Amino acid sequence: MIREPLIFELSAKGKRAFAFPKLDVPANEETIKNLATRKEIEGFPEVSEVEVVRHFTRLSQTNHCVDIGFYPLGSCTMKYNPKINEKVASSPEFLSTHPLAPPEFVQGNLEILKKTEGILAEITGMEAFTLQPSAGAQGELVGMMLIRAYHQEQGNPRKFVLIPDSAHGTNPSSAHICGYQVKEIKSNDKGTIDTEDLAQNMTEEVAALMVTNPNTLGIFENDIKKITQIVHDQGGFVYMDGANMNALTGICRPGDMEVDVIHLNLHKTFSTPHGGGGPGAGPVGVNRKLEPYLPIPVIVKKEERWSLDFNRPQSIGRVRSFFGNFLVVVKALSYVLSLGPEGLQEISEIAVLNSNYIRKSLEQDFHLKYQTPTLHECVFSDKFQREQGIQNIDIAKRLIDFGLHPPTMSFPLIVYGALMIEPTETESKRDLDLFIEAMKQIAKEAKEKPEILKSAPHQSYVRRLDETTAARKPVLRWAAPQSQEGKKE
Amino acid sequence: MYPDDFYYSKDHEWAQVKDDTATVGITDFAQKQLGDVVYVELPKVGTTLEFHQSLGVVESVKAVSDIYSPLSGEVIAVNEELNGSPELINEDSHGKGWIIRLKIKDKSETEKLMSAAEYEKFLEGIED
Repeated sequence: MIREPLIFELSAKGKRAFAFPKLDVPANEETIKNLATRKEIEGFPEVSEVEVVRHFTRLSQTNHCVDIGFYPLGSCTMKYNPKINEKVASSPEFLSTHPLAPPEFVQGNLEILKKTEGILAEITGMEAFTLQPSAGAQGELVGMMLIRAYHQEQGNPRKFVLIPDSAHGTNPSSAHICGYQVKEIKSNDKGTIDTEDLAQNMTEEVAALMVTNPNTLGIFENDIKKITQIVHDQGGFVYMDGANMNALTGICRPGDMEVDVIHLNLHKTFSTPHGGGGPGAGPVGVNRKLEPYLPIPVIVKKEERWSLDFNRPQSIGRVRSFFGNFLVVVKALSYVLSLGPEGLQEISEIAVLNSNYIRKSLEQDFHLKYQTPTLHECVFSDKFQREQGIQNIDIAKRLIDFGLHPPTMSFPLIVYGALMIEPTETESKRDLDLFIEAMKQIAKEAKEKPEILKSAPHQSYVRRLDETTAARKPVLRWAAPQSQEGKKE
Repeated sequence: MYPDDFYYSKDHEWAQVKDDTATVGITDFAQKQLGDVVYVELPKVGTTLEFHQSLGVVESVKAVSDIYSPLSGEVIAVNEELNGSPELINEDSHGKGWIIRLKIKDKSETEKLMSAAEYEKFLEGIED
């Protein structure tokens, strides 16, 4: 395959995409000088329009995405994004709304936001939502800020946040940024929270427990009511990372589990684009106790009109400009309304079924550390393959040769050599079977010709990259080679 | 494999005690589990560490992990070489890949740590 050059390498002096017509009025140097003209950027690529279009089209063709194939990245819920969402969000009425338009001009948009807040509250059993956070991690931080604001008002913000070793990796970071020290809670041999360890660590100095449910092993915390009780008894809050909500929608509600605050990922459970296709959205839901602290403004109805309420003295303030990622919210609402309540229940049922189909089909070929039943994802490891010197990365890289995106690797840390697989509900049985067959062949290759795995991928645009050197000695900027042409100039 | 004159923690740190100072690093088992180490976050000299307090972070191609202090005390030296050459932890985790040196506060804490023989036995019991 031919390597696509960098756009800098395509550059040649004087090339441009547009030619402006000749100036047919006298030039006024003074006027131009006073305008906000941009300075020349040194080294900025000079290319023609067709070169730009071909360059980025060719690059886009080397990408893997949900429109191309199976994408079982565990805990990321890389489901297909229905095109109806894009159609609705592309309506000129939404696209042309000015973010600074006064409320009386954007009544429809405000109604969409309020309606979405209400639907998310209904799905999760929470009291109220904010749609401002523009990613899951920002949602986590906002959730922790709400908890801190509450404790602060009681006179003591408290010191610690408890996080199980099976939680999402961003949780400790969010707690830390919010000024808390993190204490890890161990999993038991079933892969769920050790409630004795929790009870021992849960003191009046602990602000909250951050729990991912189902956790990153795909296991539902059966003791969740007991867990929330232990935390509440000491005056703490239970924060639920809702990234794995795809396993629960329409089936059970975090609010009924006595969870105090939750974030959702619209770009996971609610089918808005994820990764490069984002941006994301990480709405945060709260119970009555934390509602007064939500970010401002809050949308309220006054005399049959929607307006913005800024007068909320306990609020943590604004966390995002305007209304967050508005069009992402429109896409999520389109998704929820096109499914309806039964549809939402069905996505979770099929997501769980698909994951268990894969788990059952592969459990002879790949090691499964925890035997506890799992929901929407399952975590295998490379333990069986390690005897042949094969690691999870070799399995992951080989999958690329089958046109499949690899699963999440080496996480959660409690499973050494982890391969975390989340198929989502949007995959057909045929696609699941193709993945299962590929994994079985890889398990066979590991025994018979492990070299194929160690040097994989073989069919991709780029071969195995040296990730270690890339991390130890990163090259962050392109440097022009000292060409002959360059020397002449 | 595991030097007899070191103490070992359940979190896979080692401590080599000489008089009232201890040199601390992570074990060979830990470096193998982590894979290629790409970055080590070191504490400042003068930092006071409690027993089992996080002293820094080790980042590999696979994971980011806390390093816990196997003993309480004050940091009197850090291995600056790790800044430019984090691979020392993979190449020589019990030697050139040392991480910090501590002035020990309470020597009796070594009783909570394992001997080389005990640590090797402990490793056998770890299921992955």
